[in-house]
Amino acid sequence: MAQMNMKEAIRDALRVELKRDPNVLLFGEDVGHVGGVFRATEGLQKEFGEERVFDTPLAESAIGGLAVGLGIQGFRPVAEIQFVGFIFEALDQMAIQASRMRYRSGGRYNSPIVFRTPFGGGVKAAELHTDSLEGLLAQTPGIKVVVPSNPYDAKGLMIASIRDNDPVFFMEHLNLYHAFRAEVPENDYTVELGKANVVREGSDVTIITYGMMVHTSVKAADELEKTKGIKVEIIDLRTISPIDIDTVVASIQKTNRAIVVQEAQKSSGVAAEVIAQINEKAILHLEAPVLRVAGPDTVYPFAQIEDTWLPTPTRIIDAVNKVLEF
Amino acid sequence: MSKVPYEVYTEEVEALSVLSPDGEIINKDMLPKLTDDQLKEIMYRMVFTRTWDDRAVNLGRQGRLGFYAPVSGQEATMIGSEYALQKEDFIAPGYRDIPQIVWHGLPLYQAFLYSRGHQHGGQVPDGVNVLMPQIIIGAQILHAMGIAMGYKLKKQKQVAITYTGDGGSSEGDFYEGLNYAGVYKLPVIFFVQNNGYAITTPFSKQTAALSIAHKAVAAGIKGVKIDGMDVLAVIKAVQEAAERGRNGEGATLIEAVTYRFRPHSLSDDATKYRSKEEEGEWNAKDPIARFAKYLEKKGLWTEEDTARVKEEAKAKVNEEIKKAEKTEKMTIPGLIDSMFETTPKHLEEQKADFK
Repeated sequence: MAQMNMKEAIRDALRVELKRDPNVLLFGEDVGHVGGVFRATEGLQKEFGEERVFDTPLAESAIGGLAVGLGIQGFRPVAEIQFVGFIFEALDQMAIQASRMRYRSGGRYNSPIVFRTPFGGGVKAAELHTDSLEGLLAQTPGIKVVVPSNPYDAKGLMIASIRDNDPVFFMEHLNLYHAFRAEVPENDYTVELGKANVVREGSDVTIITYGMMVHTSVKAADELEKTKGIKVEIIDLRTISPIDIDTVVASIQKTNRAIVVQEAQKSSGVAAEVIAQINEKAILHLEAPVLRVAGPDTVYPFAQIEDTWLPTPTRIIDAVNKVLEF
Repeated sequence: MSKVPYEVYTEEVEALSVLSPDGEIINKDMLPKLTDDQLKEIMYRMVFTRTWDDRAVNLGRQGRLGFYAPVSGQEATMIGSEYALQKEDFIAPGYRDIPQIVWHGLPLYQAFLYSRGHQHGGQVPDGVNVLMPQIIIGAQILHAMGIAMGYKLKKQKQVAITYTGDGGSSEGDFYEGLNYAGVYKLPVIFFVQNNGYAITTPFSKQTAALSIAHKAVAAGIKGVKIDGMDVLAVIKAVQEAAERGRNGEGATLIEAVTYRFRPHSLSDDATKYRSKEEEGEWNAKDPIARFAKYLEKKGLWTEEDTARVKEEAKAKVNEEIKKAEKTEKMTIPGLIDSMFETTPKHLEEQKADFK
């Protein structure tokens, strides 16, 4: 076992797969020589050569289209979009072309592509570098959306994503790249896509969340336990499309109360989807409505007020108190 | 002072023709090497395609086809460019480019199924290197660019060709594709069929550039402009571009100046934006009539041959449309299962609503 932060774990996953399968290719703006603006791919071009790991001209749609074309040719592209706000430039290739290749061709072609992108607030980045656009992608049929919250999951989910024969959108939270180190096996292993993780067991209320908000929720849960003795169960979805509703339902059967925490704007997003599925599958187990803690339905603000825009432990605690007192 | 040779690239370029409208060879040096049998085969395919187009328009009006974009007038660009390729080369077509993928190996009944919105239409048989037609104008340009990189990485001497129109040359994807192909020196041919109109918008409102071929300059790739009503010019240009690709010399942009005799699709009225005079001028350049004159002078083709091919084509089209009509309909559970290699649990559950 080695100690790695999330960025190193992702790099390790990429290295494992580049080594294992000659069809894996890694490309995007600045990912080659320098190893990406966050150095997530540092050293990989040197190790695997310019044919396997390479820089592209600055054009996101072409990065997406290149991935689709290489997928048709039997390669397994891992394409980086440098920052999340730039995915709109590539959205046709991701959300229309890659996602429906299997359907359009009646199964003749597929898109075994991983689209990687950093996202997530709280790092005072420039406008359009941090927005949480996972809900937008999750609504696209034919694509899976993965958001890891820790180094172990990040490596296992990345390897699973590269080996998946369908397109996976892999979102790496900027605030988690260097946040902490954890034990990560050096061998190859996978974390199953579409499988949630119960990161903390509890009996009073369930928090369903993912990404950075797992950590914000843990802070809230610690505080609730310390001050009021409330035992919070926390579920890290890990994959937000498809959602592992079985794990969520099993938890609600135990706690009978839940809130969903997401960094993205409140309306029509992942939290709304989780609550809709809870209504379909567990409504009679609920003692209170399921509340959402999320960003407001505004554009993601400039850096100045992002700390108050993003869900805080205090807001999570308030929501938990509301469902407990309902 | 800037050394950008501004004046050079504002000069008109003449489109390359090999045949005159009377079917005389006017550019002997550019005559592609073809046997008599090959010349006859090209004519056969052009006449067949014109007849199939006539039938498809009627089938569309009868409601037996879905979306269909007519091709008459563009037989030289479509048949000629495909004929210049090898079987192993890859075709990424736009929505109108059905003849190229059919002559490259997609069964005709599948083209009809595609038109009828059946996903089996895009289920290309193994060994046939084509994609289904693309609806998003320009998306296929990037796919061809990626496919060409695949050939380069695999060190296979194959090329990818992709088609779009004069309208498609305005898309961002067009520029991104050309630029990547230039940077990576990819074996790809960007074939623009400039038929003068993007649905109704005339070429004069599409670009201020004097030609689309000029646009290759900015990407550092080769650009050529050809007479798209002259099948021999088309074949020559594509043969040369394919050879350059196979030899590692990179990409080529070909602008073929052509005309669609019919409207953009079956649901628009070309008389609203095109004049009778203009249509008459282009009818006089009909690629099939021009090539027929050349072949007749060589004693390779007669009017009887044309009549025979038309009958053959009609019979074949009837047979294939019937096959398309008899193909089992898609189902919602089948559709759901076509989204992922392994259908996730939530989709399995959704199937239950359609049983």
